This record gives sequence, structure tokens and C-alpha cells, in this order.
Amino acid sequence: MKILVCISNVPDTTTRIKLAGDKKSVETNGVQWIINPWDELALTRAMELSEQNAGSIQSISVVSVGDASVEPTLRKALAVGANEAIRVNLVPADSYSVAVQLAEVVKQENPDLVLLGIESSDFNSSGVGAMLAELLGFASASSVSSLELSSSGLTIKREVEGGTEQLECPLPAILSVQKGIALEPRIPAMRGIMMARSKPLKVVEPVAVEPLSEWIELELPEAKSACKMIPEDNAKELIRLLHEEAKVI
Amino acid sequence: MNFQLTEEHEMIRQAARDYAQRELIKDVIERDETATYPTQHVKALSELGFMGMLVDPKYDGGGMDTISYVLAMEEISKVDASVSVIMSVNNSLVCYGIEKYGTEEQKEKFLKPLARGEKIGAFLLSEPEAGSDATSQRTTAEDKGDYYLLNGTKNWITNGYTAGTYLVIAQTHPEKRHKGINAFIVDRHAEGISVGPHENKMGMRSSDTHSVMFTDVKVPKENRIGEDGFGFKFAMKTLEGGRIGIAAQALGLASGALERSIQYAKERKAFGTEIANHQAIAFKLSDMAVKVENARNLVLKAAWLKDQGMEYGTTSAMAKQYAADIAMEVTTEAVQIHGGYGYVKEYHVERLMREAKLTQIYEGTSEIQKIVISRSLLKD
Repeated sequence: MKILVCISNVPDTTTRIKLAGDKKSVETNGVQWIINPWDELALTRAMELSEQNAGSIQSISVVSVGDASVEPTLRKALAVGANEAIRVNLVPADSYSVAVQLAEVVKQENPDLVLLGIESSDFNSSGVGAMLAELLGFASASSVSSLELSSSGLTIKREVEGGTEQLECPLPAILSVQKGIALEPRIPAMRGIMMARSKPLKVVEPVAVEPLSEWIELELPEAKSACKMIPEDNAKELIRLLHEEAKVI
Repeated sequence: MNFQLTEEHEMIRQAARDYAQRELIKDVIERDETATYPTQHVKALSELGFMGMLVDPKYDGGGMDTISYVLAMEEISKVDASVSVIMSVNNSLVCYGIEKYGTEEQKEKFLKPLARGEKIGAFLLSEPEAGSDATSQRTTAEDKGDYYLLNGTKNWITNGYTAGTYLVIAQTHPEKRHKGINAFIVDRHAEGISVGPHENKMGMRSSDTHSVMFTDVKVPKENRIGEDGFGFKFAMKTLEGGRIGIAAQALGLASGALERSIQYAKERKAFGTEIANHQAIAFKLSDMAVKVENARNLVLKAAWLKDQGMEYGTTSAMAKQYAADIAMEVTTEAVQIHGGYGYVKEYHVERLMREAKLTQIYEGTSEIQKIVISRSLLKD
């Protein structure tokens, strides 16, 4: 089995986001970039599956759509244990643009299983997984929180209203995964970092695509107001504040 | 000139930071209070390759350069200097010493398990009456033909109890003074070795510091490092590199204290505004940042010189002395910025301050570093 993990390069979750002058993008100067945490869980699960099912997974590849600035993130994925990395040389305009490029990579690489995070922590559109499955005609499931290999393909569990459901899923498949799918993301070891030097990172040119959406304007959320501490024996004051100031009761 | 870290350097820094901020932080206060050795962390850091990161991969090391090592040391030390001193002694004293000066057989037998972190090393130089004055070794290594017989006591030994491999400095020919000293690789569990109680220290409490007594300990002749009488030079050359590790540790204590102080100053309010808006605090932060930046530049320069194969002894002494001294100043200011909260354990900075003090003392006191630096300035 070949697994392809789609990786989005996102600002570190502790980054203080500033808008660029055009108000249509984010100021990238000084931003620390990381693997989208949900994609990192997908990669971690791919590694776990490879270790738990010795010999049944031939390769784990990672792919990202972006300019050269995403390469350190791909290199980290290689250091963690992916076998090869692919970068599609395009700064994507929307989820659809990403899905179209990823679909081309899937057609070229022929993975049996495509994993990606349920959303990216920058734009949170949650669109790419379903679009990619539709473009390719693969089986797909979202919000997957458990994934095992089975004789017929995959056994997965996904979160639904009020509980979880268990499904059998044929291959090839595209799954968008969420928290619970894997243990903690892995820290690359020195040996992995050293081996990543010689693992292939290939750059492919994008196919032509017209975005389906356009950014009109971004705005920052209102700053959170200060936290008020109320002594534990003063429930009356808490109720008064919730009623008169927060106006929630 | 290029101040840009490589992609790989950045990855190593981030890996060390992730481990420190995710794992070490969880039990660092408790381990400090109970003086508990960080067994699980040493195991995890060994698996990640941090315990032998400088060693050539052919001896099972990580094959990283000294820049990578100081970046990792800084990040680990921001959270837990007890763990980083274990890492420093193993990497830059014991592994480095054997890799640089040991025989092929010694590297196969002793270096590989140390580089994998399966065994941890200790460096036994200090004695009850020989600290800064390392030439006055009282521990003797009597030449008995096909083996040496070790007798004496070593003090303040980091990893003294948990180590599997000792590097022991001892006197073989007292009449030759420092030219009669030898260095030996000794199995920690050899007959005749006894380890004293855990020293009850002010800081670095989670690292195990012990005195070690040798009574008629037989050491095979092939365990001597270098020619007869090479031991003092071996110790001094090895400590030159060791200083970079401790300088990076001191830097981490200072930069960790600065990070915490910036965060606290932006959250804590007094007189109607965040204390960072008061110039008294903002200027303290500014002074701390300048010192940290200077120390980082010196430490990285010493590491760079070593990686280039250039002379680095004086620069590593400057880095160690400066970083240790500013670590004491910066951590003390961090406690001041935190006020009462800085004086209690939950906010970490009091511990960083206690730990910073040791960096001015061990692996060559600040005063000894000044001797090294001034001698290099004044030599003809």
C-alpha cells in the first residue's frame, strides 16, 4: 500500500496574526511556519500504521502546494519518517486550486490511501478533502478519528452527532482526519534529520486552474476583553456580571 | 558573514524546543523539589539522538555540528538545566574526549553505547582538594604492568551514580607533576568503586552529583587514553569543548528567563496598565535582551570556530564566562520583574536563577575563564 499525506504549511498556532497592507492576505514577515497540526496527525497515523503492519505499507509520501517557502516543512515531514516529498510550485488562491493540484499528484503517484487533516489551522475551510475525493471519484470520509487496515480495505471510525460510527471503507480512499487519530505528533530524531538530507523532494509545475473564490477582505477578530476573577464564595456577583455585563443570562 | 541558520539547524532547534516545552516542562518543578533523576527524559532524548548528537554516525552518533548542539542545549536549558547538564557532560566531555583521542577499539567498545545513550558518561577530574587547580591530582593510577591500580576520591561528579562509563583523570608519575597525569576509561561498576550520597544542591537538583571513591580499582592498560602522561592535556583540551556546552546552557537559562519575563510583563497589570508599559520594566527587558543576544553571538561564534577546525579555546572561555555571568544577572532581573510570583516555584524563574549560579562555578569558574582569556591576550 502507498500512502500520500497532504500537508499544509501554516503559521505557528501562537503567531500573532497581522494583516498585510492589501487586507487580502496575512503579513508573513517573522512568522514561524509549521506543519498544519491536523496534517501532522495524519502523517503520524501513517507512520504508526507502517510500524504496526510491517511490510504492508511500501511508502509514505507527503505533498504540499506552495512556493519554495514550504520546503522546510516538507523536509521536517521527511525527517519524521516520510519517504519522499512533492511540492507543487503554486501559491494557491483557494481550496479548489489546492484540490485540483493534489488531484493531479494523486493521478501521477497512484497512492491507495490519501490522508489529510480535517482542516488547516490558517483558513479552516475544511474544503480540500471532499473536493479532492469528488475530483478523483475515490471513496472518502471526513472527521475520521480512528483508522485501521482491514482485509477489505480500511476500518474507520468517525465522529457523528452524539457518538461515533464505524465504517468499512474500500480503497482507494481519501480520509480527512481529526484529533484522536494518532498519538502525539513525533519529534524528528537526529538520525531522521540526517536521513532527510538525502531523501527526494521533487518539485512539479502546477496545472492551469481558475480559482472558484476570491478574497475580498480579511479582518481581525475583536480583541478578547480582560478576564475578571471572582472569588469562589461570591456567586451572586458572578450572576450579576453574567446578567448585566455579558448579558448571557 | 551570514547570521542565517540553515533549514537543518532550525529543525534541530525546533525539535529540542518541542521536547522541552512539551515534555520536560511537565515535571521539572517536581523533579527539582524531590531531586529526582530524569530517567525517562534521558531515555527519550537518547532515542531522539540528543545524547550523542556530535558523534560520527559510524560510531552510532547523530553526526551533527557544534552549532546544532548549542541550539539544542539552549532550548533544553530554557526549561531544564538539570537535563541539559547530563546531555552536555555526555556529549561534549565524554563522547568528544573518546572520539577525538581514543583508539579505534575504545571507540567501538565504549563510544558506541555512549553515543546511543544506552550508557551515560561521567567526567571525573575534580577532587576534594583539586577543583580549579587541576594539576594537583591526588588520585593515583599506579602502573602495575598490564593494568593500572586506581586509588583516590573524586568530587562533584555529574552523573556520578547513573553513569555506566567514567573518564577518570589520575596521577601516575607524581614527580612529573601535571606531565605525569593520565586519563582512563573506567567501567562504573568495576570492583573497588563506591559512590557517595547525592549532593543536596541549590540548583540543578534533578541531575545526580556524587563523590566517587576508588579503592584498588584495576583498570586494563588498553583503557588509558593516549600516550603515558597525556591525561592533563587531554582534560584541558576536552574542557575547551565542554565550555561551549555550558556556555550554551547558561545562554538557555538567560533566554528562558527573558522569554518568561516578556510574557509576564505583557499580562501582569499594575497602576492600570500592563507592567511592560512601565519604563522601569521595559528597560529591564531591553537590558536583558542585549545581554542574551551578545551571549548567543559569542556562543555561536565559539561553536562555529570549532566546526571550522579553527582555534576556539579563548572564544569558548569568553562565551562561557560571559554567558554564565549574564545568566546570573538576567535570571535575577527576571525574578524582580515577576515580583512575589518570581519568588515562588510555579513561575520557574527562581529555579532558573538558582541554576544560573552553577554555570559560574562548574567546568571552569568565571575566574578561571578570565585566566584563560588574559593569558591568551598576554602571551608573546
